[in-house]
Amino acid sequence: MTALGLLYDLLGAMFLAFAVCEALHGAWRSAAFWGAFAVSMLAGSWLSDLLNGAIVILLAALALIGLRPKQAPTADLPTREASAATLGNRLFMPALVIPLVSVAGTLLFSKVPNITLLSLAAGAAAGLGWAMLLVRAGPGTAVDEGRRLVDAVGWAAVLPQALAALGGVFAAAGVGKVVADVATQYIPMSAPFMAVAVYCLGMALFTFTMGNAFAAFPVMTAGIGLPIIVGKFGGDPVVMSAIGMLSGFCGTLCTPMAANFNIVPVQVLDLKDRHAVIKVQAPTAFLLLAANVLLMTLLVFR
Amino acid sequence: MLVLSGIAVVILGFAFRINPLAVVVAAALVTGLAAGIDFPGVVAMLGKAFVANRFIAVPWLVLPVIGLLERGGIRERARALILKLKGATTGRLLLVYLFVRQVSAALGLVALGGQVQMVRPLIAPMAEAAAERERPPEDGPLDEATRALVRANAAAADNIGVFFGEDVFIAIGSVLLIKGFLEQNHVVAQPIQIAVWAIPTAVLAFLIHGVRLLLLDRKLARGKSGP
Repeated sequence: MTALGLLYDLLGAMFLAFAVCEALHGAWRSAAFWGAFAVSMLAGSWLSDLLNGAIVILLAALALIGLRPKQAPTADLPTREASAATLGNRLFMPALVIPLVSVAGTLLFSKVPNITLLSLAAGAAAGLGWAMLLVRAGPGTAVDEGRRLVDAVGWAAVLPQALAALGGVFAAAGVGKVVADVATQYIPMSAPFMAVAVYCLGMALFTFTMGNAFAAFPVMTAGIGLPIIVGKFGGDPVVMSAIGMLSGFCGTLCTPMAANFNIVPVQVLDLKDRHAVIKVQAPTAFLLLAANVLLMTLLVFR
Repeated sequence: MLVLSGIAVVILGFAFRINPLAVVVAAALVTGLAAGIDFPGVVAMLGKAFVANRFIAVPWLVLPVIGLLERGGIRERARALILKLKGATTGRLLLVYLFVRQVSAALGLVALGGQVQMVRPLIAPMAEAAAERERPPEDGPLDEATRALVRANAAAADNIGVFFGEDVFIAIGSVLLIKGFLEQNHVVAQPIQIAVWAIPTAVLAFLIHGVRLLLLDRKLARGKSGP
């Protein structure tokens, strides 16, 4: 078994434990959702593609009708405050050990494949051991508390993976090429500044709909960037690519599709407005996108 | 042209505020069908791509750790620290976090942060505690809208810091993607060249968002009586 396979088993076991915990509390839809996700983790490699696809559709259907989690028990405020006073800054250590182990592992064993993910898992394991000792909790409490958090995140936990799958389907169907063809056919790009503006705005817009600048970059750069900015106007492909990618990131700041960044915080910070984080980020994104267009115009044709 | 119907599904889904997970799956199915693949074929394609991207879920392994620390009072401790710290305002605190997040990401330490690991247990409670202190005493405790605004700002500082810091690091995914893509198109570029051209935008991102954070302080200091 590969190391990555081991991580999937670990994830599958964790989500299965959450699912059992949901079922014990009578939250059936949540139990079905996390149970199905656990099956995809544990058995995805040997189930048929069709069955794996059916699991994805089941997840989407459950998200659509609502997961209806039940309130999970945790320590009350006075208990937490007393615990915070006793444990003090030691409480921060397990949280900090996660990034420390993952960075150290990545640097020390840089030759091992998938080392970033393996190190992150090692960091999480180290953090878990430390946290259990510190707050004197057993594995059952760890599962309970993990479930409380996963209930807060909800269906958004699965969205990034579904988006990556959508990107795969888009690529197979040739969506990128059609978008680039339409853009070059209908938008006049006779001046260098226009070409730069169309490329940067296109990166941001396409990222906005896809939720991911990585999916937009090859499409826009092959369709507009290389043939027009580089080919026709003699721009520098390296400068164009670097600033083009960052223009895409401006789109990421504004889209609910970028679930990890824009939807997960709304859920875990208990915000009522689903677009609260996007609304804070949007002015910075627009100013920065305009700045990127100017920067590229100045730097790409040096 | 027909294959663009998936993009239309995504846009309509947003407009009518339908659950994004359902919208994304529907968009994938519609796109596949529009491209002339039969229904079982599309479902299989979706399942294959979903399973191939399971590595994206690995960061969720931190959930039990953060949950346990919250039970142990990490958020209350973070609050207490800020309440003791004189001169800590929401905007200044988030400005320092933005700087640390951006610089550490530029050095390749992208793991040092994140919404679930860092913002929920530490940064958001700290920013809230600072906002409570900044407030004119006659205004009483933080109202719901202000609390939400402060939390959303904590999340935004994390995102903006990592987005416009990571591209300055030579071994990050986006820089390697650019290098690979350019190579396929017969342009040879070293990662360091790509990373260098990310610096002007990184500096501007810090300046633009930094000013906005300081403006946030002024807004919070005005309290309820302000416009």
